[in-house]
Amino acid sequence: MAEPSTTGLDGANRGLADLMTRLRTGLPGGHAGLAVLLLALILGFSAFVPNFLSAGTLQSFMYQLPLLGLLSLAMIVPLMTGGLNLAIIATTNQCALLMVWIMRTMIAPDAGAGTVFAIILLALLAGLALCLVIGLITGFLVAYTGVHPILVTLGTKSLIDGISIYLTRGMALSGIPDAFAKAGNATLLGVPLIFVILIVTAVIVGVILKRTAFGISCAMIGSNIQATRYSTIDTRRVLVGVYVMSSVTCFVAALVMLVTFNSASADYAQSYLLVTILAAVLGGVDPFGGFGTVGGLMLALAILQIISSGFNQFGLSNYLTVAIWGAILILVVMVQTLRPHFRQLLSK
Amino acid sequence: MPDDRSAFSLKALRRRPEMWLLAVILVVGTVFALAARDFLSLPNIIDLLETYSVQSIMAMGLFVVLVSGGIDISFAATASVAQYCAALIATQLGLPAPLVIVAGLLIGTALGCVNAALIHKMRITSIIATIAMMSISFSLLMYFSSGKSIYTLPDWWTDRIVFYQTETAVGDLVRITLPIVTMMVVALFTWAWMTRSSIGRQLYAMGGNPEAARRIGIGIGKLHFVAYGYLGFMAALAGLVQAHRVGESVPNAMYNTELAVLSAAVLGGASLTGGIGTVPGVLLGIVLLAMLQNGLNLLGVSSYFFQIVIGITILISTSITVLSSRRGRRHRIIAEAPGNG
Amino acid sequence: MADETPFLRLTGISKRFGGVKALDGIDWDVKRGEIHCLVGENGCGKSTLIKAVVGVHAPSSGTIEIDGADVPVLDPARAKALGIQVIFQDLSLFPNLSVAENIAIENHLEHALKPVRKERLRGVARDVLRRLNFDLDLSTIVSDLSVAERQIVAIARGLAAQARLIFMDEPTASLTRAEVNRLLAIVSRLKADGIAVVFVSHRLDEVVEIAERVTVMRDGRKVGTWPVAEVDQKRIAHLMTGLDIDHSIVARDMGDAPELLHVEKLSRRGEFADIDFTLHQGEVLGIIGLLGSGRTELALTLFGMHRADAGAITLDGKPLRLSSNRDAVEAGIAYVSEDRLGLGVILPQSIGDNIILAVMKQLAGRFGLIATKSRQKLADDWVKRLSIKVAGTDRPVQTLSGGNQQRVVLAKWLATRPKVLILDSPTVGVDIKNKQGIYEVVAELARQGVGVILISDEVSEVFATCDRVLHMRSGRIIGAEVPGQVSEHEMEERIYA
Repeated sequence: MAEPSTTGLDGANRGLADLMTRLRTGLPGGHAGLAVLLLALILGFSAFVPNFLSAGTLQSFMYQLPLLGLLSLAMIVPLMTGGLNLAIIATTNQCALLMVWIMRTMIAPDAGAGTVFAIILLALLAGLALCLVIGLITGFLVAYTGVHPILVTLGTKSLIDGISIYLTRGMALSGIPDAFAKAGNATLLGVPLIFVILIVTAVIVGVILKRTAFGISCAMIGSNIQATRYSTIDTRRVLVGVYVMSSVTCFVAALVMLVTFNSASADYAQSYLLVTILAAVLGGVDPFGGFGTVGGLMLALAILQIISSGFNQFGLSNYLTVAIWGAILILVVMVQTLRPHFRQLLSK
Repeated sequence: MPDDRSAFSLKALRRRPEMWLLAVILVVGTVFALAARDFLSLPNIIDLLETYSVQSIMAMGLFVVLVSGGIDISFAATASVAQYCAALIATQLGLPAPLVIVAGLLIGTALGCVNAALIHKMRITSIIATIAMMSISFSLLMYFSSGKSIYTLPDWWTDRIVFYQTETAVGDLVRITLPIVTMMVVALFTWAWMTRSSIGRQLYAMGGNPEAARRIGIGIGKLHFVAYGYLGFMAALAGLVQAHRVGESVPNAMYNTELAVLSAAVLGGASLTGGIGTVPGVLLGIVLLAMLQNGLNLLGVSSYFFQIVIGITILISTSITVLSSRRGRRHRIIAEAPGNG
Repeated sequence: MADETPFLRLTGISKRFGGVKALDGIDWDVKRGEIHCLVGENGCGKSTLIKAVVGVHAPSSGTIEIDGADVPVLDPARAKALGIQVIFQDLSLFPNLSVAENIAIENHLEHALKPVRKERLRGVARDVLRRLNFDLDLSTIVSDLSVAERQIVAIARGLAAQARLIFMDEPTASLTRAEVNRLLAIVSRLKADGIAVVFVSHRLDEVVEIAERVTVMRDGRKVGTWPVAEVDQKRIAHLMTGLDIDHSIVARDMGDAPELLHVEKLSRRGEFADIDFTLHQGEVLGIIGLLGSGRTELALTLFGMHRADAGAITLDGKPLRLSSNRDAVEAGIAYVSEDRLGLGVILPQSIGDNIILAVMKQLAGRFGLIATKSRQKLADDWVKRLSIKVAGTDRPVQTLSGGNQQRVVLAKWLATRPKVLILDSPTVGVDIKNKQGIYEVVAELARQGVGVILISDEVSEVFATCDRVLHMRSGRIIGAEVPGQVSEHEMEERIYA
């Protein structure tokens, strides 16, 4: 971390600090900008893509968004503290694998509804427990060794992935009981259950980050961990909590993943890892910590998903979509950074 | 002066994580040598060198970026793009070897410079800029290539070039091939350049304290282009060498190697915050990971097990480095405080 | 002297930023080999003046002469070539490089592709350090040096670049007394070599001690330049602020008030030993000691951040066992750190969140949720009570001045309703007007029965605000004085002895 400059000649740093302040106060404007971008995309696609504004598009939107959305929520919590959790996909996959394994080995073909229900419950509890353990271990390593979270979670990612691959020999596991799959694909007033799960989780994470001592501490740690510690916040406990929360969100993501894919594997969704960071930054989360909102993240996710659905219906390949996502990120960050300069130019 | 002798040696050790690494490598090496007879055999070692040459070349470029205080996630994508474009030029246009090679290297360097421009001119954080660039260049490559490999590389590219060849007592053929030589030249050059040239030292200075570097008149912008451009160049070179080794250009062959190379570099003592790291350290980091994989293979341990070992290695080695340096700092505070203890 | 042309002469220098006049017609000169002090409160224009001289900001009007010759265009490279160097407060060293390389860093700038000869770098560094009569291992990495040693390296780097005038920004801010003395010895060597040194400072005691001449600035104007012998601290303070600072003694005898905090035989190995004192309700107890005297370490132990090895702390008659600062705050002890920017405020975050930080748990209602309204009310309340000048509590703390930032820190701790408030050098980097404001807050707290421990190394500060003053050195309390029973001058002599 850079030492803060104090008084005196150090105007250059102060200038930088001012710039950062201006950027930050511009964040609500950033949300407005994202909303405008989203609207423009929707209008643009409906103008050029026939049938874009249809129930079908909305349905696919609501089915495709939840997994990426939940994984991004798992990423945003450590990002707020200036950390990173590279192990979210690995955690999700391993949790899903464990749950499938329990369900398919323990449910006999002739089992009654009660037994099936009990075993599904057991599988969920086991998955949750696994995520708690992973979160605790990661959190303790980050909080008590002081190793940068990138390295810690790179290690845990490798370790978790390794264990999953070793145990499954890289194969996918299927065999989810019908009851589970049916429940997962249910709809609530026409809204897919998994989309409802995403919204509920997002609201919970958002409220925790904005309205609880824990959430405020996260942002404070992201800005200055030492000063936070001096202000009687148990920063280590908060950090452990952060990675536990991230891992538990992965548990929810694992549920959605099982419902979506009907199976589990060690290498599902691996390409989402960097996309979650991309979505968070696009949504105004400061990659160095301290600032970010779930609302911004959700807007960013909607933008990414609209681009993806729109181009898909346009008949463009998935690969091109990812390239466009990357370009949008660069564009948005560029506009955010350069806006003060533009303003200066205009005021001259 | 505040430190006594014993603290000094501890400090020296802390300053040189390479020493730790070397010790670990010797221990692991001894264990493998005792357990698997082939492990220390010349053919096995040469084979290892060749297998890891591509990653080493990329690591040398990444090392320079890390020293300058940045990070780059996009180099594996850069390598793939440069390799595939060069392969297209060679097969579709049929241009001669020097032109193809120059074109490939130029493409890599240019992609590196785009990163530098995004980071320096647009002031986008390096990790964000390069993640974005990675998704853009890799997806565009997959889109335009439709994921199709190019198998018809010209002979000059795929023919094995042997610099030295000998037969061991048991009759195994040992060859020093082009990838090994390229890797050694690159490592030697990077080492000399970073330790013995002004611009190398400027890169260290910028990584250590960018604001101070700017104040004394070091051209920060220029150095960004040098560092990321160099990595782009090295990535392209690694891409060309990789195609030379396997005899074809597969668009996603090098996908996902970036984290492995990054772990090796960090394992070898290159700091993510800039200014710290050495070429021998980074090479040792690669050696350790290579040895683990190869040794476990020879012992008949499932290759699936390898990733677990990498994970544990990263966790343990980084924790030890950080914890030992923290203990050193605590000693200092007490030593500096007024003496009645 | 043979040549009386000053090394640097400014005539009528003005600088405007938009509509604001940062410098207004400054005439100023620095003689060869002179030690000169440039003082003024934060924002008085001294930084802008330096930037004009080193070529960062071109002045809007006026002339700069160096060595008697007019320099119409001055950019950083040209200023450096003419021998002007600035040592910034953060020293601008490269922590990852060796002492030799830091000193001779300019060698790397000559030609990008030139091979580096280690021996040449070491030669340059060795020569310069010899000139300073200072011994440092050339291959030590700079991050392993103490702050004082780093400062020497920064000076040596200036010398290696052929400096003839060195600006030092707040050079003594983080040095112990012995280290300051060593720095002064080095500065007098520079003077002997004909190199001028300009100290830029807002602390007054150093000024009187070091300089030959003092220049005072206020509101972008030069108030005047005087030989040091003709002005004293009080007069300089008056010139800097335009205010008459009342140094009347407030000390009261609080011996009859109920005991609040009692510390007995408190020790922590390597930091302090056998600390005994009692703090009464409503008392302001000064602890004066220089940096490295163990004062901050003692405070951190009372605040539960460090554990004592031996001894007892009693609060309100009950023994305290502190295993974290949470325990301390719960018991009623709060601590304002000396490092305001690093440990006091969280600069980029909002004023409101900074204020509620230590009492978030109390604010939380059902499900641990903190209501926006109560959060806002608490922040507004404290902003009003401490009259913090803010545009809104949702603004980042870094938009505030130093004095107002310190009030935010005070608000954070006062919100915990402490019985004992430990203030560690609370007025560092705070201008004189705001200092008075902070002293008034302290006095008001004392009237309400809060016990205040004021740690400081400025005698005038404790003399004018405390009821009793403990004197700390080398980790021990070596004396206790009551302001008024000894004079300020006597106290000063005992402390700097």
